[in-house]
Amino acid sequence: MTDLLGQDMDNHPDKAGPAGGHGPTAGHGHPAPAATAGAGHTAPGQPSGAPAAPDGPEERRGTATWHARDLLSVAGAAVAAVALTFLLFGWIAPFDAPLGFVVVAYLLFLGVYAVLVSFDENPVAVRDRVVAVLWQSLATLLLVVLVFVISYTLWRGHRALDHLNFFTQDLSTTGPLQPLTQGGVVHAMIGTLEQITIALAVTVPLGLACAVFLNEVPGGYARLVRTVVEAMTALPSIVAGLFIYATVILILGYDKSGLAAGLALSLMMLPIIIRASDVVIRLVPGSLREASYALGASQWRTVLTVVLPTARSGLTTAVILGTARGIGETSPVLLTAGYTASVNKSPLSGPQTSLPLATFFMVASPQKNMIARGFGAAALLMALVLLLFVVARIIGGRGPGELSRAQQRRRAQASRRDVARMSSGTGPLREPRQRPGRRPDRRPVPVPAGGDPHGRRGRSRGGTRP
Amino acid sequence: MTASVLGPGHPGGTAPEPADAPRVLHSAGAPSDRVFRGLARGSGGVVLGLMLLVGVFLASRAWRALAVARWSFLTTAKWEPDSHHFGIAAVLTGTVLIGMVAILIALPLALGTALYISEYAPRRIKRGLVSLVDLMAAVPSVVYGLWGVFFLQGHVVGLSRWISQYFGWIPLFNVDGVDPHDPLATSTVYTSSTFIAGIVVALMVTPIACSVMRETFAQAPGGEREGAFALGATKWGMIRTVVLPFGVGGIIGGTMLGLGRALGETIAVYMIISPVFAVQPHLLQNGANSVSALIALRYGSASHFGTSALMAAGLALFTMTLVVNFIASSIVARSRSGAGTEA
Repeated sequence: MTDLLGQDMDNHPDKAGPAGGHGPTAGHGHPAPAATAGAGHTAPGQPSGAPAAPDGPEERRGTATWHARDLLSVAGAAVAAVALTFLLFGWIAPFDAPLGFVVVAYLLFLGVYAVLVSFDENPVAVRDRVVAVLWQSLATLLLVVLVFVISYTLWRGHRALDHLNFFTQDLSTTGPLQPLTQGGVVHAMIGTLEQITIALAVTVPLGLACAVFLNEVPGGYARLVRTVVEAMTALPSIVAGLFIYATVILILGYDKSGLAAGLALSLMMLPIIIRASDVVIRLVPGSLREASYALGASQWRTVLTVVLPTARSGLTTAVILGTARGIGETSPVLLTAGYTASVNKSPLSGPQTSLPLATFFMVASPQKNMIARGFGAAALLMALVLLLFVVARIIGGRGPGELSRAQQRRRAQASRRDVARMSSGTGPLREPRQRPGRRPDRRPVPVPAGGDPHGRRGRSRGGTRP
Repeated sequence: MTASVLGPGHPGGTAPEPADAPRVLHSAGAPSDRVFRGLARGSGGVVLGLMLLVGVFLASRAWRALAVARWSFLTTAKWEPDSHHFGIAAVLTGTVLIGMVAILIALPLALGTALYISEYAPRRIKRGLVSLVDLMAAVPSVVYGLWGVFFLQGHVVGLSRWISQYFGWIPLFNVDGVDPHDPLATSTVYTSSTFIAGIVVALMVTPIACSVMRETFAQAPGGEREGAFALGATKWGMIRTVVLPFGVGGIIGGTMLGLGRALGETIAVYMIISPVFAVQPHLLQNGANSVSALIALRYGSASHFGTSALMAAGLALFTMTLVVNFIASSIVARSRSGAGTEA
């Protein structure tokens, strides 16, 4: 916009002052003084019959992509569509399905909206608007369904969760007909915790070591391992369960137990964690590694002090998201853990239930209270997954180079102090007082996490400051 | 390792002597490094061994059943392994049908959401939306199953009835034993169908497809986008001519990755369908089956040979998902959009 106005002013050298910015290319505003409307104003964009506008400084244009008119046409189309559908369903045709109402209303909305927009715009713009509405409504539909699925579970589960005994008792003495004030899922909670701990104890060391291996010792062997790991992410979880069932339980002769379930979960989670960590470690800039080698560090020390700390946030996210996947997985546990209604603290012997498995068995009961307990267990599981997810986002949600809000604030404060110090010209005297304030900016943690360009810039700025 | 090799190894351009014999490069580092590399290789070997063990074990156990059933394994619909009369014709058809329904529903949802997040969403809410979609992938399958059984099943029956009433002449949508003109007809014939299972599985695979698509769309080159805008394109014009052609690999690959997951899904399907052991191509009709549901259903009562037969079914499923996943990842990697992913 300023470019247009600037060029425009160049075209009219005889005009002086800010009022000379009326642009023929802009289409509105009209130079009123006849004396200045000389040869320059025969530009093609200037219709000779345009109405004269009053003099004065030109108004600033809004650059917003959305205008009140757009909102009005959306709202108007929505109202018209609902009203039309109401008319159609209530008076004209004997329709009654609520789903049909929504679908017909939506189609009418698209049509009415297209008509409304076509009053103002050309067909190309109409198509643009309608398609935009289409994509937005698909995205909205998906998110609404997601929120609905989660809140439906939590809502149906709250009847069971309201009673504290749900968290402290098991189901060994509780029949399906007994009220919700008796019995709970503490056995399943213990089972879930122990099984996921076993799975993490296997997958975290092995998975991270394998991911480090794939990146630090490259070669044909690493490529082979990577291909096989990628193939194994396609392993259906039930087949992982079937494998553990056939080997550990049928061939080795152990009972169905928490350990077997933990092993089945490990087998399922291992490829997921390896792949996610591999991607994260691959993003560690090679320049950081080379800087470490150039300082004389050995390879394992480089991995320990440069590669892993740099990728820490991403690795944590990978592990947590893998945990969230594993904790909700039912089918491998179904084959390997067995089902029991009483607390079994030992994962080594006897069947041990976990939360998804308990949900699965409890909702199969025809009794209302048992189904409510099943929903309670599912809500607990969902809350656990949500918690893991939020923790993962807090720890590692930022992309490389992004700073958290607190880090940004500290940087801004530090540079403000620098400006104050430099402009007051008393730098050396205040040096001792500056030191504690500069520390957050020099902390090593955000620098490597910040990725290549930002990290280096941040560090060099910290290093070269007087 | 590379750094220590590269150090003095390069001959400078100043050396006048013509014969420059290739030098021997010593890259053996400190003992600690050798231990480290050994450990790393060892962990890779453990993982490799574990994964190969799964594959080889599955194959060897499945072989026993396959040797008995031979080609009838692919054509028999019944599952009676103890009388040596079993095959995966029914369950495989069911798996593929559920996967197809799921993908047909998931594709527009995933595409629309990916386009909205990468092109239309305001920057403020973009990260939140990405997190929500990721969360959707982490919701346990048993939760989706609960929702499908207790909520969706009751509400989708009307839609099933409507489709079968007006599109029943298409064999896929036909429902046996129902008179569309009988207003008092029971709706139980429409429950526990492939269609309902497909809808629930669609919700589970949409986030996977969506995140693959979104990542490729985000990589569409800014120069081409601005070029399209500079030529006067509207936003949709720009998407149609720049983003979609660029991201077509991501669309196909993401859809197939979703399909791979849909084929292997167990619990949600198992909770919804009522298993039948006959080829059942009628999507809307009560009764369906899938390979994973078969395994979950029959593992407990299976004899020694029955377990082998289940292994054979599992192997068939694994082979199918493996092929689908490999095609998907090679499409994603070969497309133009995959070129920039190697950091």
